[in-house]
Amino acid sequence: MSSDSEDNFMEEDSDYEFDSDGSDMDYEEPNDLAFAEVSDKKPKKAYEVDFSVQSLQDIKAAQANAISHVAGILGLSQDKAAQLLRSFKWNKERLVERYMDSSEDVLKEACIVLDDTKTTSYVGKPRPGFTCSICFDDTPSKVVGLRCSHLFCFDCYRHYLTQKIVEEGECRRILCPESGCSIIVDQPTVQKIVEPKILERFRQLLDRAYVEDLDNLRWCPAPNCENAVDCRLPHSTFDTVVPTVQCACGNKFCFGCGLGDHQPAPCQLVKLWQKKCADDSETANWISAHTKECGKCQSTIEKNGGCNHMTCRKCKYEFCWVCMGPWSEHGTSWYNCNRYEEVSSTDARDAQAKSRASLERYLHYYNRFANHEQSAKLDRDLYNKTEKKMEEMQRTSDLSWIEVQFLKKAVDVLTSCRMTLRWTYAFAFYLVKDNMTELFEDNQRDLEVAVEALSELLEKPIEREKIAELRQQVLDKTVYVDSRREVLLEDTAKGLGEDRWEFSFKRT
Amino acid sequence: MAMSKRILKETERLNAEPVPGISATAHEDNLRYFDVIIAGPSQSPFEGGVFRLELFLPEEYPMTPPKVRFLTKIYHPNIDKLGRICLDILKDKWSPALQIRTVLLSVQALLSSPNPDDPLANDVAQHWKENENDAIETAKLWTKNYAK
Repeated sequence: MSSDSEDNFMEEDSDYEFDSDGSDMDYEEPNDLAFAEVSDKKPKKAYEVDFSVQSLQDIKAAQANAISHVAGILGLSQDKAAQLLRSFKWNKERLVERYMDSSEDVLKEACIVLDDTKTTSYVGKPRPGFTCSICFDDTPSKVVGLRCSHLFCFDCYRHYLTQKIVEEGECRRILCPESGCSIIVDQPTVQKIVEPKILERFRQLLDRAYVEDLDNLRWCPAPNCENAVDCRLPHSTFDTVVPTVQCACGNKFCFGCGLGDHQPAPCQLVKLWQKKCADDSETANWISAHTKECGKCQSTIEKNGGCNHMTCRKCKYEFCWVCMGPWSEHGTSWYNCNRYEEVSSTDARDAQAKSRASLERYLHYYNRFANHEQSAKLDRDLYNKTEKKMEEMQRTSDLSWIEVQFLKKAVDVLTSCRMTLRWTYAFAFYLVKDNMTELFEDNQRDLEVAVEALSELLEKPIEREKIAELRQQVLDKTVYVDSRREVLLEDTAKGLGEDRWEFSFKRT
Repeated sequence: MAMSKRILKETERLNAEPVPGISATAHEDNLRYFDVIIAGPSQSPFEGGVFRLELFLPEEYPMTPPKVRFLTKIYHPNIDKLGRICLDILKDKWSPALQIRTVLLSVQALLSSPNPDDPLANDVAQHWKENENDAIETAKLWTKNYAK
């Protein structure tokens, strides 16, 4: 009895402990998943996405981790595990599952030969009578071959691997040089044969392939930046979310398409807009809307005012702008073409008006888009000017370096606002007008007015006695502009999520 | 130069032991440039035809494949108007262990068994798939007219 009760007591105890463990786990889990705690304090905005920046070291470490993990589970060498992971695009779960199902098929697909010996390749003296089938040399001092026993001389092997790595940028599937043989030249063999510089390149290619293989990783496109960004959002959501991320190097870009930050416009819209702007179809559109050809010499003529009585400058042909007929046939009905009222003429007129209206609409948005693009470029000059201004302020006033940083901050905010504004015009071009768009246009206008006001303020010459005042004004405006941008992005992002916007293109 | 040694040996062997139905002659002033003649294989629409090709060994040969092109007009789904050939070993399946001899044998084999599912000349391939007999007739006609 006593032992029984003791057992019971033990059990109760352990139960209790287990419970408390469980609750501990529950409490800690959100912490583990990161950001949750942070976002509690500073709520994530609707237009922001979760991401993390991965340095090259992180990327190498992540690969090494995955490789050792799989090597441990499947009882394979690191190298074989790495090859398998690469052929499964680093999907550990699928690899392990399929390997358990049928290791033979998996190995065959990945072009791997399993063997008991430690070395996967032979490097050594050739047998008598050997001729390298690449260079036809029958007296090489060293030959190389994989487990398939296809031997080639060392120099040819090195030449072959170098060609594959340097010229073709191949790293995942360099096969035995023999025709039709599908065995991968493994990393240790590559290491034994190629020169250190080529090996370095080979490793770079492997790192690059790793990032390209994973959907949740993308290299930062900034020049000389070696970081990648990790964003776990499924790509299917990128039509309703604009996944803007910022690398540790400061570069802001879109995770979905790799272009520079294009909030609030979704990737698909950006692609369409860029294509539209690149096409000179709009030029042709303009010509067709604004000009007609002379009925005699076919010169393109733009009518920029006056009556319908046209005289071609080139061939002096006189004609009616409306019916294009010769002016002499109009008789006494000068300045009022009879045929103007005919149905066919009315139709033609409508078509022309429509085409002109759509063109003018495009130009309206394009000009504003291009203007902000241009202004964004001018911001670079502004940066330099600002720096000078900051130095000047330190000299002429008793403000310290840290106190004049407000100017730099203002320029930063200004730049990002201009980028946002720019894309709002592409966004607006494709937006179908309804009650919802009014709100958008209001937000856009508010931001634009604020941006221009701040821009004007920054370009003002600095007067000594008014520095304090200016500083206060710039600070206030900067905060205001930033808040307007936030309002706009928040609203457009929410609208995308709620499917509130109707676009004139088909969303995929 | 190990690589030019290979080219010399290959040329030598091509001359010493020619492949039936195939001849390849190097230009005297450019040992990397070959005039090739392939006889149309029997039992194929190209039977009786004599097809001229050019073959060039690039600087990196044999690490990169030779460039081969038909000079004679030919009606074949894997060979286009310019004479370019769609053949895997001339592209990604190239191996430095392959040779001029093996490449030309593959080209000859391609004449015997056209593959309209992997076309280079789309219109020809479609013709081949929709009405094989008619396409073969055209190929025979072209062989008769051009491959003399």
